[in-house]
Amino acid sequence: MTTDILIAILATAVTAGTPILFAALGEILAERSGVLNLGVEGMMLVGAISGFVIGVKTANPWLGLIMAMVAGGSMAMIHAFLCVSLKANQVVSGLALTLFGIGLSGYLGKAMIGVPLPQPFQTVNLPVLSDLPFIGPVFFQHDPLVYLSFLLVPALWALIFKTRAGLNMRAVGENPATADSMGINVFLTRYIYVIAGGMLAGIGGAYLSLAYVPSWMENMTAGRGWIAVALVIFATWNPLSALWGAYIFGGIDALGFRLQALDVMISPYFLKMLPYLFTIAVLILVTRKNLVNRIGSPKSLGVPYDREER
Amino acid sequence: MTSLLQHGLPICFEKRLAPSRSAVFIVPVLSVILALLTGGVALALSGKDPLAVYYIMFSRAFGSTYGLSETAVRAIPLLLAGLGVALAFRMQLWNIGGEGQLFMGAIAAGWVALSFPQAPAWVLLPAMFAAGGLAGGLWAFLPSIPRAYLGVNEIITTLMLNYVAILTLDYLVYGPWRDPGGYNFPLSAPFGAGAILPAFGDTRIHAGLLFGLIIAVIFYIVIYRSRWGYEIRVIGESPAAARYAGINIPRNIMLVMFVSGAICGLAGMAEVSGVIHRMQPGISAGYGYTAIIIAWLAKLNPFAIILVAFLFGGLQVGGFIAQTSGVPAAMVAMLQGSLLFFVLGGEILLKYRVRWRTRTVGGG
Repeated sequence: MTTDILIAILATAVTAGTPILFAALGEILAERSGVLNLGVEGMMLVGAISGFVIGVKTANPWLGLIMAMVAGGSMAMIHAFLCVSLKANQVVSGLALTLFGIGLSGYLGKAMIGVPLPQPFQTVNLPVLSDLPFIGPVFFQHDPLVYLSFLLVPALWALIFKTRAGLNMRAVGENPATADSMGINVFLTRYIYVIAGGMLAGIGGAYLSLAYVPSWMENMTAGRGWIAVALVIFATWNPLSALWGAYIFGGIDALGFRLQALDVMISPYFLKMLPYLFTIAVLILVTRKNLVNRIGSPKSLGVPYDREER
Repeated sequence: MTSLLQHGLPICFEKRLAPSRSAVFIVPVLSVILALLTGGVALALSGKDPLAVYYIMFSRAFGSTYGLSETAVRAIPLLLAGLGVALAFRMQLWNIGGEGQLFMGAIAAGWVALSFPQAPAWVLLPAMFAAGGLAGGLWAFLPSIPRAYLGVNEIITTLMLNYVAILTLDYLVYGPWRDPGGYNFPLSAPFGAGAILPAFGDTRIHAGLLFGLIIAVIFYIVIYRSRWGYEIRVIGESPAAARYAGINIPRNIMLVMFVSGAICGLAGMAEVSGVIHRMQPGISAGYGYTAIIIAWLAKLNPFAIILVAFLFGGLQVGGFIAQTSGVPAAMVAMLQGSLLFFVLGGEILLKYRVRWRTRTVGGG
């Protein structure tokens, strides 16, 4: 009986962590190339609503997912244009992206409130793996997007740390002037990873509207985009650490939800505060640890590259 | 010479030695026009007549005495919160928690008002003012401690606290503060007469406007005429120089965040005491977030913030009117967001001169 509850909580931790994981993986790409994008929340929301609209119109969640990627990528392109080409302040541009995304998604989603999704992403039990005791129900009885994230994590890890492209990405994020003199196109590199990051944030948002909930609510991300930004610091810009970090955050979410269902004596409003308070606590502990271990953000994170000033 | 995308566009930017004088005025005006065009496209795409919608919005917000007074009412929390976050931005401290600080200020002021419903105004209003400022200040001070000593990212911590503050108010009005005579709505009992900020004449414009105007003047004097303001500006422009000059940076971070949060807290106090007159969820239409846009648009100048807050107040009123003709409320948020994009993009014109790329000299 207790293991059943534990399995249920852990399985929910995985699904609740998945949208944060996608968004955090995207932000890792952008930040590794030196661009801080605080627009994750906005890109997720626009991804969620555009994916949902297409999901409703076509009854095909995969088409919705593609639309969410396009939408998230387009949003990110605005940020890339402002920050990479026009050298605007990355903090303010990211905030603008989030505020714009909240407005745009609310505008587009007005007609979608309460509309049912004809075909959400369905649970697919992976053969053999899903039958494993404990591990099976926790990790392998989910929808295809969860499995996609399982594949994406090692793939992005390999991209960043084991390929030439990843080396270039990190060089651009650490020291763009040197990268430039080695013949790497700093501007193009940053555009590519900021846009890729936006596409992943779009998937994260669409996961909420097409699989996790699945429906559209205004501001349905509820701060998950910001938690993803915190998770990137927690994960020290490493996709592998982002994976289990996302599940911890998902677990806190799931725990609050579970406690609410068990009718404990704590007010649901306080349980809903848990993920936010937990994020603050973790951020403080991790910043302290990174300080001691001298692990820092990519050296040129947030600094626009100006060829005249190298 | 730096080309836009290295080889993409046939233009390049030349750094200006001094910011362009004319661009300082042209950029905001052009940005407003472009943002309205963007919103117009969105309206047209959803089958609305943009000109008709804009006409209704602007005539209702600015075209009559009543409209102007409502615009001023909406401008008050925007002005206060805008000043609050601008103070922190001056020091490159990204206080994104204006919304939460506004909520905490409102909660503390509301607590005073609901605890002493019979108290006279000369006791209650100063007590609510102090409680609101203190609570907002503390809500910003808390995340400033790890920021000052460990460098913990204040953007994320202040933003997370927004959600906590909003949930705290929800808890109170759905629970302990719920008015038994309120037909089960999440509303507190109405404030007593002593807890209500006086209004001007027949309008709903309340004394919170004076708080805003006075704080704007103090803001100006402190930033440009005082030693402390000088320290804030030095830290904002060059932390290394500030450290070399012996300025105590952690102390200033905590102090500035406290004051920044306190001003945002006053926005919440003024809103519940001057307009709403009770506690309820949704006391703010995202004022703390809109304040960020206002502060940046006004280039962190307190007097410009007054003007921009008034314009944005009009946008809120206009947006509310437009809702009656079926335009989603989110249109205003979208307009504001796109406005910030255009202003940010336009800032390059202040720093750089745009030139057509010529083939002869050096190449990009």
